[in-house]
Amino acid sequence: MKIQLLFFGIATDLVGENSVFIELKSAATISELKKDLLKKYSKLKNIEDFAIAVNEEYGENDLVLQENDVVAIIPPVSGG
Amino acid sequence: MKKSSVLITPKKLNLQDCYDFVQAASCGGIALFVGTVRNSTKNKEVSLLDFSAYEPMAIKEMQKIADLALTKFQIHKLAIHHAVGELQIGDIPVIIAVSSAHRNAAFEACQFAIDTLKETVPIWKKEHFEDGEVWVNSHP
Repeated sequence: MKIQLLFFGIATDLVGENSVFIELKSAATISELKKDLLKKYSKLKNIEDFAIAVNEEYGENDLVLQENDVVAIIPPVSGG
Repeated sequence: MKKSSVLITPKKLNLQDCYDFVQAASCGGIALFVGTVRNSTKNKEVSLLDFSAYEPMAIKEMQKIADLALTKFQIHKLAIHHAVGELQIGDIPVIIAVSSAHRNAAFEACQFAIDTLKETVPIWKKEHFEDGEVWVNSHP
């Protein structure tokens, strides 16, 4: 299945992209996606941790992704 | 009547707008938190800060904070405004304004709102120094 990835903050700089479409096995969970991402973009290991948002809401590791989801990589936030 | 005002803007934040939004005859006080760009981090001179946001999600998260504060504390109204883009020393990246009948609720809600914003709202700042730049909070 196809999903869209969005990168923000330091993740944009490390990956060199704002947005990409990737293929993922169907019914993949967020923790599976995170493993895939660290393989595909090994520079993401330079961030201590990152959260994932699916369709503009934070998602837990066991959340199951669906076709056409918009998945954002959220490095530690620093607003305010 | 709208109880909350949530805004992300590339323009200069307006303190008076936040004040006017929350001000009401039924209120005995208004608490304001105004974040300002500091000139140094760990004794290193900062030249400017660059804020970026995942804007649609940041708005949703700010609205959640506002809605939660309105149920958690005895307050009348609140405003949460955040700027994005390049800000200079002394500029204002964030304003929280809260009005309430009695002062304690306004102080508590104001602190809750800024503390939660710093934990959950997808906004990032990059500090620019004379000799380089750093994404705040992002390095082990």
